[in-house]
Amino acid sequence: MMLDIYDFYDKMERNNIMLSFKGDITSELLTSILQIMESKLDNLQEEPKIKKKVYNVLVECLQNLYHHMDEVAPEQNDVIRSAIFMIGKLDNQYNIVTGNYIKKENVESLKKRLEDINLLSKEELKEYYKAVLNNGEMSLKGGGGLGMIDIARKTGEKLNFNFSPVDDKFSFFSLNIKISQ
Amino acid sequence: METISIEGTPKTPTITFDTGKGFLEIKGRSIPENSIEFYKPLVDWLEKYAGKPQSATNVNIQLEYFNTSSSKCILDVFKKLEAINKGGSAVVINWYYEEDDEDMLEAGEDYQAIINVPFKMVQVAE
Repeated sequence: MMLDIYDFYDKMERNNIMLSFKGDITSELLTSILQIMESKLDNLQEEPKIKKKVYNVLVECLQNLYHHMDEVAPEQNDVIRSAIFMIGKLDNQYNIVTGNYIKKENVESLKKRLEDINLLSKEELKEYYKAVLNNGEMSLKGGGGLGMIDIARKTGEKLNFNFSPVDDKFSFFSLNIKISQ
Repeated sequence: METISIEGTPKTPTITFDTGKGFLEIKGRSIPENSIEFYKPLVDWLEKYAGKPQSATNVNIQLEYFNTSSSKCILDVFKKLEAINKGGSAVVINWYYEEDDEDMLEAGEDYQAIINVPFKMVQVAE
């Protein structure tokens, strides 16, 4: 094994990672992750308000990964179906980090969409959410483009994201969400 | 007249629709990955109910969590209720939220702003 597992452990420990996963995102996996995180939040005796916010944002982050998997790699055995997810709590702030492959041709439009969301105030986000909710459009799975707006609205923070080039076909998209107390 | 119900799961709510009493309740969590599939039967029942509704229709929405995928489906349900309200059945939507859950209250207010049906915001203890 080439990996230095202690180095991994130490990094996770220092970032106070509560749960992490790398691999294919399935519906069953999401059910398990949500159950584990719910009991962890209960054990930490978080205020119901914080618990709900973290849980809600977590659902959106994970379902984003789930819905985009087929888009990027329809074949079940494809390596690029793999995604990464981590949640940790540092200095009274929850951090949710996700990473997944994205087709190069979709980078610019996603980037533009996230940058546009980041320009909006709290009140503008509310109006934008209602407009998108009511525009009648819906993806086949029901996503409908509300996820990122909802995350921005619920956290009250700018969406922190990055695209790393992988090869001529793919980039790796990462999203770092902060939820403050 | 019949009562239609769907048992809740960790990701989907319990739905009770008593067409004889004009009472619909959606309770629990609504966080399925595929919400269109889940809400389709309810939208169909409402379509059928709209043909001969009761003089009043009471709707309780008591959700602990719902995802954005469900939010569009819930809007579809409310749009059916809006049509039923226009068609002569007095519809009231009771939107429950736990005290301190501002996000859930705001979500109710978002729907209230879009849908032309009387909403009652009902605060419950945690």
